[in-house]
Amino acid sequence: MNALLFILYLSFLSLPFMGIKGALWLLAVAYSAYIFFLLIKKSSKAIKAVKLPHVRLDTKILYALLLVLLLALPFGLKDYYIDVFILAGIYIILALGLNVVIGFSGLLNLGFAAFYAIGAYAFALLAVKAGLGFWGALPLSLLITTISGLILSFPALRLHGDYLAIVTLGFGEIIHLTLNNWDELTNGPNGISGIPMPSLFGFEIQRLSHYYYIVFMFVLIAVFIIRGVYNSRIGRAWLALKDDEMAAEAMGINTTKYKFLALSFGALWAGLAGTLFASKMMFISPESFTFMESVFIVCMVILGGAGSITGVITGSLLLIVLPEVLREFQLYRMLALGTGLVLMMVFRPQGLIGGRK
Amino acid sequence: MILEIRELTKSFGGLKAVEEVSFKVMPGIILSVIGPNGAGKTTLFNCLTGALLPTKGKIFFEDKDITGKRPYEITEAGIARTFQNIRIFGKMSVLENVMIGQHSRSREGFVGAVLRTNGFKKEESEIKAKAYEFLEFTGIEEYAETRAENLPYGYQRRLEIARALATEPKLILLDEPAAGMNPQESIELMTLINKIREWGKTVIVIEHDMKVVMGISDKIVVLDHGVKIAEGTPKEIQSNTDVIEAYLGKGFEF
Repeated sequence: MNALLFILYLSFLSLPFMGIKGALWLLAVAYSAYIFFLLIKKSSKAIKAVKLPHVRLDTKILYALLLVLLLALPFGLKDYYIDVFILAGIYIILALGLNVVIGFSGLLNLGFAAFYAIGAYAFALLAVKAGLGFWGALPLSLLITTISGLILSFPALRLHGDYLAIVTLGFGEIIHLTLNNWDELTNGPNGISGIPMPSLFGFEIQRLSHYYYIVFMFVLIAVFIIRGVYNSRIGRAWLALKDDEMAAEAMGINTTKYKFLALSFGALWAGLAGTLFASKMMFISPESFTFMESVFIVCMVILGGAGSITGVITGSLLLIVLPEVLREFQLYRMLALGTGLVLMMVFRPQGLIGGRK
Repeated sequence: MILEIRELTKSFGGLKAVEEVSFKVMPGIILSVIGPNGAGKTTLFNCLTGALLPTKGKIFFEDKDITGKRPYEITEAGIARTFQNIRIFGKMSVLENVMIGQHSRSREGFVGAVLRTNGFKKEESEIKAKAYEFLEFTGIEEYAETRAENLPYGYQRRLEIARALATEPKLILLDEPAAGMNPQESIELMTLINKIREWGKTVIVIEHDMKVVMGISDKIVVLDHGVKIAEGTPKEIQSNTDVIEAYLGKGFEF
């Protein structure tokens, strides 16, 4: 019954894009697909009787294969697709950072793009105006973003849930407006250009694939560090904080301190992502760090599965790679995203690869 | 003297939930706090554990003033508690719940966690081993890997006790541990509370189940409308006319 209603809803949504004829077509196709699916389900008893050989894959081998595949990726692909994967890598770092805040600690942050922006601008200004170069500006930009995370923590510490969401939303808007209007420092809406790309041991980056490897390395570092922290007493304290703040405090957890930690540790990764983004694009402007950007990152975390590192990576990949692959259907991108999210929340609220929600 | 409460008052607006309550607790005993609903028992607990700030009065734990300290500081000092309405971490495994109890007794930070240093690994395995000990002590070790919210009710109460014990307290406060339990479970709970005392911990219990209260208590404090109306051994309380009239009603017999 749910499925029937949903198909009707979907067709209705597609009405403005496909016209009445198109919508009716979609309705017909979806209904036949549904009936087909029911038939298969009915006969699945017969299918179940056929036993498939049970294949067990060692996870270590699986990871090794994945690593080789990802390392070899740039060789087989056009520059355009490498570009997409670089962007995906940057967003993975960003979403992993937000996952620390939302997924681990349960603090809803709707202004995460602010930290992304601070990272990007701090790096750009240090690299262009102070002439520090990539490796000189990177640690400073991370430091600045982490400190900005700490500063946001102060008003946020006393708040929970909805209230915190509003404060972070406001913070995101303030940063966006500041970047747009502080002409002397940020060059306003014109943005900053001429941001340097990194060089590695005196080896200049000339090709996109080189940058792919640098981003890939940073993604690995992020996963490694975040996973380590998650599987420790710090990660447990965050989970406890998310589940029940009062009980967490009664267990001897200094909830104030751990909120500080979560917000600034999350901001650190946004700073890294911002830095990588700025040096990849070689140009940044406030346009890249709007409220929609924050929402997009939240979507990645929720879609993939808040709290699960694998889930968040999957979510980011899906939301970056799919729209690029399906460029021809660009019109439907936001529609599909919206429908996908509605479906997820109804049928699988814990996300694709559910963490512990 | 492990705990001393001096003229503790907590008011919410015009309502005095706890009024000028004083008593002392000797180490190694089981003390029950009883009283009708709304007598201020849980408010008293919340003041003791730092969840509420007392309006007036002082609380001394092992002769140190702990009035107005944050809950986590009080836990670090050695007072643990359970909650009247169960507050386990439902989405985590039973084992993880108890491991969290070890938080204030462990020290490893970011660096150890990221680099997986030997010190970190050692501490983690110690935390785990101790958590298993507490699960065994409370008799729920076979559920270690179960999601906590899927535990049967009675075991959730035990888990709360295991988790509180994992903070390695000297004094443990149990807020209505027998609430919602059947008679059999209540008896098992009494055995468990006695075991905790034999282990050298001091126990303060809020309880409505008179069988439990009279069965285990060394001392009873009776509150009514926020005021302490009696204090004594179970025998003394049972024959105290004030208590019988004000709290249990005329003609009540144990």
